[in-house]
Amino acid sequence: MALWKPDPTFYPSPRDAASAPPESLAYVAAFDRAADKPDAIAVLDVDPASGSYGSVVGWTDVPYKGDELHHFGWNACSSALCPYAPHPHIERRYLVVPGLRSSRVYVIDVKDDPVKPAIKKILEPEELAKHAGYSRPHTVHCGPEGLYVSALGGANGDEGPGGIALLDHNSFEVLGRWEVDRGPQYLAYDVWWHIAHDVVVTSEWGTPSMIEDGVDADLLLGRAYGHALHFWDLRKRRHLQRVDLGDEHQMVLELRPAHDPTKTYGFVGVVVSVEDLSASVWVWYREDGSFRVREVITIPAEPAAAEDLPPVIAPFGAVPPLVTDIDLSVDDRFLYVSCWGTGELKRYDVTDPFNPVEAGSVRIGGIVNRTPHPSAPDEPLAGGPQMVEVSRDGERVYVTNSLYGAWDDQFYPDGVGAWMAKVDSGQEFTFDTRFFPSGDDFRGLRVHQTRLQGGDASSDSYCYP
Amino acid sequence: MKDGSLIALVALGAFHGLNPGMGWLFAVARGLQERSRALVLQSLPAIAAGHAASVFLVAVVVTLTGSVLTSRVVSIAGGIVLVGFGLWRLLSTRHFRWVGMRLTLWQLAGWSFLMSSAHGAGLMLLPILTHGSVTGSHAHGMTGGAGDAVSAAIFVTLVHTMAMLAVAGVIAVVVYEVVGLTILRRAWFNLDRLWAAALIAAGATTLLIAV
Repeated sequence: MALWKPDPTFYPSPRDAASAPPESLAYVAAFDRAADKPDAIAVLDVDPASGSYGSVVGWTDVPYKGDELHHFGWNACSSALCPYAPHPHIERRYLVVPGLRSSRVYVIDVKDDPVKPAIKKILEPEELAKHAGYSRPHTVHCGPEGLYVSALGGANGDEGPGGIALLDHNSFEVLGRWEVDRGPQYLAYDVWWHIAHDVVVTSEWGTPSMIEDGVDADLLLGRAYGHALHFWDLRKRRHLQRVDLGDEHQMVLELRPAHDPTKTYGFVGVVVSVEDLSASVWVWYREDGSFRVREVITIPAEPAAAEDLPPVIAPFGAVPPLVTDIDLSVDDRFLYVSCWGTGELKRYDVTDPFNPVEAGSVRIGGIVNRTPHPSAPDEPLAGGPQMVEVSRDGERVYVTNSLYGAWDDQFYPDGVGAWMAKVDSGQEFTFDTRFFPSGDDFRGLRVHQTRLQGGDASSDSYCYP
Repeated sequence: MKDGSLIALVALGAFHGLNPGMGWLFAVARGLQERSRALVLQSLPAIAAGHAASVFLVAVVVTLTGSVLTSRVVSIAGGIVLVGFGLWRLLSTRHFRWVGMRLTLWQLAGWSFLMSSAHGAGLMLLPILTHGSVTGSHAHGMTGGAGDAVSAAIFVTLVHTMAMLAVAGVIAVVVYEVVGLTILRRAWFNLDRLWAAALIAAGATTLLIAV
């Protein structure tokens, strides 16, 4: 039933969101790589005043196995306040959680018992295939027409094209394929938008067969993974422009548009350059009516002995940084960049988006370094900072360490483990030593994306500056 | 025209103007995007014009048929439609959507027309229209023809729209200049539900008067 007053977690502007009260719970997608037991959403206490701070306080197991829960999102968010289709009296109460491997989508209700959310609906892969023609749902965004779910693969065994499925944000039924005219777009990964400018942006990874058994070195060196951005008309659902970053820039992944709705720039991370194994961050921006890109951050590979490296990269004698996620603070000031290969989380001041200035760095995990967390200095860690989530006020940054089952196994063949860390981001940029859930805390599951109660820096879009 | 009906007409106009979903929010958003109060003020007449067109359509149909058919049939049928529409608005979870954020003034007027129509803005005037009081003395005489009906519809539309525009305009400017957007979080009462209740009440009133 609709609310009488707007959901208090909807914010008209980024400024309102940044001044909102801090989150007290975090939801983390966790999966069993062996598919022997169900995947789950872990609920973490992130209230520093609480006795159980930093520990897992609740679980919601899903009823099936082998889903590989990955990215997820809220059913509704601040975009419900946008004036052309206002519906602020729905609630932010459901987490929409796709299984990247199974193509199943879970709708999980966090309202009645936030510490033990209940599964409200399960959308079977057949429904996504039948109504939208897609599989491997990846990114979930709450938007003007409902829920936008990007998907990597086509339906019925087709590799592609991947694209966006629309879901109703009340009934959670699949409304259909979003694209009316996809132009040259074939590969899919992330989707986000400049909502106040009616512009959608999508990025590229690979089709199901290109990713599900791990990185394919032949495809990588053949420059076959995604290396372009696509811009779309949000209203007409038509492809406007393809912007190629150059085919040496393989895997153009996370999109982080400016939160300020008057702006039309954004950041995108590139996992690896096949020329020198570096990773990069690019800015897209609008000039004379069309979109352009510019490389603004380059992170070089770190030299390493071949015997310290997993087979997939041993011939190169270097550790690629592998920028697999980036996140932009709600005030558009700091960009956080995770280097999953070298085990580093970097912070850049991007007040001037074309000239990022490094403003902090922490090390944890990494293929060669295995840097421990300061609260457990004797325990070498596998994996690296992977998914980054930033609190609305920008003061807390949460990272988890798993990338994607098959890829974890390639880069961390002795086991990726499971850990989550929190970095305090103020004048200083340092680990919170009170916050380090890891290992058995996660019941042997690997941890992927984090969502914060009431929204975070990568969930909401705002229509008012 | 009876004073009571005129007051009701103005009050309904004010109620429509109050609803952020009917347009003032759009005017504020456009102004904020371009940081221009002029754009806020420019948007309001377009929104009001679309609203007026929607209301006029209902007004002209009702006053025209009202002067040809017996007003009782129109009242009963209209009342039933209104109650039904109100219930549908109350129970429906689908939201009207047609456009994005970047609009010309023509598109804005079109949006406003569709938004008003989809919400039954004109229908809400049914009790006033079918009560026979709007057309005043014209309706009672055989001289009352189509011309009178149209002029009555224009009068109704104008009074209603001026009230709507005044309220929406004051809110838009005050929000843009003074209050700020936090009003959306604190004071955005669910007018859709109130709106649905108003539709049902209007239908019930129409029926009550007719029967």
